[in-house]
Amino acid sequence: MIRSPLLRTIRTGIHSLMLHKLRSMLTTLGVLFGTSSVISMLAIGEGASYEAQEQIKLLGSQNVILRSVKPPDNPNSSSNSRVITYGITDADFQRIEQTFPGVGHVVPVRMLQQEIRVADRALNPRLMATTPLYQEVTGRLLWEGRFISKEDERNLSNVCVLGTEVARYLFPFESALGQRVKIGSDYFTVVGTLAPRISQSGTPAAPGTEVTGEIFIPFQTARQWFGKLQVKRRAGSRTMEQVDLHEVVIEVTDPKSVPYVAAATREMLQRFHKTPDYEVVVPLELLARAEETKRIFSIVLGSIAGISLLVGGIGIMNVMLATVTERTREIGIRRALGAKRRDIVTQFLVETVCLSVGGGLMGVALGLAIPLVVEHFADMRTIVTLSAPVLAFTISAGTGVLFGIYPAWRAAAMDPVEALRHE
Amino acid sequence: MTSEAVAEFDKVERVYRMGSQQVYALNGVTFDIKRGQYWSIMGASGSGKSTLLNLLGCLDRPTSGTYKLAGRDVNTLDDDELSATRSKKLGFIFQSYNLIPQLNVLDNIMVPLFYQDDWGDADLARAHMLASRMGLSDRIDHRPTELSGGQQQRVAIARALVNDPELILADEATGNLDSQTAKEILDLFDELSSEGKTLVFVTHEAHVAERASHVLRMKDGRIEDMRQQSRVGERA
Repeated sequence: MIRSPLLRTIRTGIHSLMLHKLRSMLTTLGVLFGTSSVISMLAIGEGASYEAQEQIKLLGSQNVILRSVKPPDNPNSSSNSRVITYGITDADFQRIEQTFPGVGHVVPVRMLQQEIRVADRALNPRLMATTPLYQEVTGRLLWEGRFISKEDERNLSNVCVLGTEVARYLFPFESALGQRVKIGSDYFTVVGTLAPRISQSGTPAAPGTEVTGEIFIPFQTARQWFGKLQVKRRAGSRTMEQVDLHEVVIEVTDPKSVPYVAAATREMLQRFHKTPDYEVVVPLELLARAEETKRIFSIVLGSIAGISLLVGGIGIMNVMLATVTERTREIGIRRALGAKRRDIVTQFLVETVCLSVGGGLMGVALGLAIPLVVEHFADMRTIVTLSAPVLAFTISAGTGVLFGIYPAWRAAAMDPVEALRHE
Repeated sequence: MTSEAVAEFDKVERVYRMGSQQVYALNGVTFDIKRGQYWSIMGASGSGKSTLLNLLGCLDRPTSGTYKLAGRDVNTLDDDELSATRSKKLGFIFQSYNLIPQLNVLDNIMVPLFYQDDWGDADLARAHMLASRMGLSDRIDHRPTELSGGQQQRVAIARALVNDPELILADEATGNLDSQTAKEILDLFDELSSEGKTLVFVTHEAHVAERASHVLRMKDGRIEDMRQQSRVGERA
């Protein structure tokens, strides 16, 4: 025999609900799906925004990145063997380096179109010519050996640093250190390899499959051997591009001055470039935009969750109103036997809350399961934060109370004599 | 037998409004029920006997006049106090048993106690004792739907006794039972009466009324006839 009135009411309530199992089950569905969709959508949204933020952070939150962009083809220039000159120039680079206060490091990057070859293995990775500071500015970690050094720059050494994938592909069974790699028509000695950016699946790429990766050579060496001109051959035509620098990474010492440096850079480039043949990427701005997107997403999600729980709550209220009518006689009996109005209110409120809490609990279980399924089959990252199930469950229980009040009040307001006479 | 009054009606009127008309369901009813008496209330339908029972059971309040239950004027009680009075001082037995379907026999018996703030092991023991007295000891875990009509009415009687009420009200309590079972139930009422319980039995059957110590006949909201009688049970 249960002594606590509330526990006994809860037990009686569950018994009452069990008298109509199917009806109770169907009633909880609304809350169940509301709760589970909130949790799983939050998990998917959280996962997506986490990935976006991680990618942005890889660019470096203190950095301002300038990129050369090929301007749209001018229809007036008909000749197809003309040299197209565009992008960020050496002069731009020097201006930034010399005039901007608060700028820590400025790193130039050139992309080169050259084939990489070791024995019979060939690759076309992202071949980048840069200075020793690149590693520091981008925060890349070394796996073996060292990065490009100042001596390499000064001596125009033929050395290179391989990215993980390139190293794995070219030297699958041995260390790449000290090996010689043919870039274009010259041989370069491998002095280091980089650690992978994010820990990715551990299987090396099979031979013949597309391997994207990076390989770094000293900036001055590249100038010496490959010049500024690049020839692109494409189905019968040939275009030549002259680009001084493909990318310039500016590292700002003080994170607070990132927006000012970005603004000043934009202004400066605008003055010296007539056509928009560059873009300025500010990871910090992207991050802020990602945050904003996430906030909007949360609001939309919150509204959807609110609506679905509202619908679930109305469903519960509907069933409870029918139940109250159906059990008018029981209410009359209980009143005759001494139940106060608040006893009746408690009884029906407890039943409603049992329904919504039951639906909420099942919804939490389903909501925790869905992200796992999504992660497994759709290969999307999902993150379930503790707050999501707690929030969803609290709201669903609250829905029960909110939508239970009216039916319970209706039940309690009945006249005992009338209720007893009810058939 | 003491002459202490359990229920006192003094010029009680109960008026219902039907549109612009006033209907007197009770029109100046005065009588006393003393401790240990066994009253039978008779009358045609619409005579006011149901209204009288509702008033006696504190489910309703007089429009005018006073009704005192165990010395307290019901008109001075609010809704919660009326509920408390019902759970502590009154026992109800209905024609259609009115057990609560989702509760088992023991819980059904204990419902009036559940609405009291405090009840203890003694009350639980009492509920068990009543169940065994009604021959339901082996049915204590059963649901009402698993019992026969007679058994259900016995559960209801046990429920009416569990709070040791001042007044037990029975409304056509044998109306749904076959004559053999009805006789058993009526014998049970005789037994309770001889133990000193105060009973009120609303009925329209003469042979039921014969068993009571007092008979009250209602007609058109007034007392038509009220008399003490020698009881069939005592004669036998």
